[in-house]
Amino acid sequence: MITKRIIPCLDVRDGRVVKGINFEGLRTVSSPVDLARYYSDCGADELVFYDITASSDGRKLFTDILTETARNVFIPLTVGGGISSLDDFDRVLKCGADKVSVNSGAIRDPSLIGEAAKRYGDQCVVLSVDIKRVDGVFRVFAKGGRVNTGLEAIEWIRRGVGSGAGEVVVNSIDTDGVKGGFDLEMLDAVCSAVSVPVIASGGAGKIEDFIELFKTLPKVDAGLAASIFHFGEVKIADLKREMKAHGIPARI
Amino acid sequence: MTAIIDYGVGNLFSLVSSFRKIGEEAAVTADAETLLAADRIVLPGVGAFRDAAEKLEATGLVPVLREAAESGKPIMGICLGMQLLFEKSFEYGEYRGLGLLHGEIVPIAAHVKGLKVPHMGWNALRFAKPEHPLFRYIKEGDCVYFVHSYYAVGCEDSLLASAEYGTEITAAVGRGNVMGCQFHPEKSGDVGLSILRAFCEMKEGALC
Repeated sequence: MITKRIIPCLDVRDGRVVKGINFEGLRTVSSPVDLARYYSDCGADELVFYDITASSDGRKLFTDILTETARNVFIPLTVGGGISSLDDFDRVLKCGADKVSVNSGAIRDPSLIGEAAKRYGDQCVVLSVDIKRVDGVFRVFAKGGRVNTGLEAIEWIRRGVGSGAGEVVVNSIDTDGVKGGFDLEMLDAVCSAVSVPVIASGGAGKIEDFIELFKTLPKVDAGLAASIFHFGEVKIADLKREMKAHGIPARI
Repeated sequence: MTAIIDYGVGNLFSLVSSFRKIGEEAAVTADAETLLAADRIVLPGVGAFRDAAEKLEATGLVPVLREAAESGKPIMGICLGMQLLFEKSFEYGEYRGLGLLHGEIVPIAAHVKGLKVPHMGWNALRFAKPEHPLFRYIKEGDCVYFVHSYYAVGCEDSLLASAEYGTEITAAVGRGNVMGCQFHPEKSGDVGLSILRAFCEMKEGALC
């Protein structure tokens, strides 16, 4: 049976890992290459590198880090942040990324998903969506969760998958940083709408939150988190053991 | 030296890095002499079968690969590279493969209902031939990383390991010196590196 994936996300700015609490208040953690190797050794199933650099200097630094990571870490690497063209796909795939996640770039130009899927395959294109409830409706937010695009989230995800996105990351802004558990209602809605793998993001605060996620929503394929792993609040090895004890397929 | 065939399909960065990691020299090449001089050959590949088969054909390396296979040189196909070793594929039509292994490539979706396709993620290996030298450093139940929508059937004579995904998905195959992994050893952590290490320890002619 395929195992449920545990994915630490590393937000990288100017060559360092940071994590935003509710997308604000950035705080430096450690070297991305060291952290990636550490997570791989601990049993992380995949890594996400999210480039939140604005400057072109920082961007070069990011690809250098990516290359160095891919030389040393042999688990799947997904790269996101500032991906808005096929050239961006090319740039990070050449440095060792396996999958590329698009967010605001796809909102600006929805044809990017289809074009990238055609060139690199569906499995390479991850649609990452920041979602927040507005008047009871799931809305897609852009620019790191700051701008309401007005797009209805489920419809947007359905379109993205229809165009060739091979995987969806659902990041609930409502639960992000709160550490009260994943947004099960939102995830359920997404899982019911698409048949590609769905990765839950936003809200994990403890091991039990992952257990609840996979037990309540067996259709969810993976759980993604950042700070709770970076600060050691949840150790991946412990999490995997607990998952297994609860009958959730996990790679140990 | 391990020669990784360069035929313009997929990204070889991780594959090259994984061989370097285990201390093995790896050359990405489309040169016939380099391939024949290599201790072993890797046929990589991602994407669609037809496109890859055409690109491989266009390199003119197919006869070289056949010669290497006959000479007993260890050859490993990875992912789509493994699928190319078989007789034919039914991916968007019907296309001929290299025919170095018996069997054909069919869509997972036609055999498995209610499961997501591609079969993507970490799945446990179930050994069909536990004593195979490729598995020297790993054990049954170890997980490896898969990303694929098609799989090999009718290959009972070469089946080395499978993975359970609604059906028995062919995970590793081998007949003599010609081997293949449906999963990505270069993305399967220590287990994957251990498989590559075992492959690198195989001697030409030893498996015939």
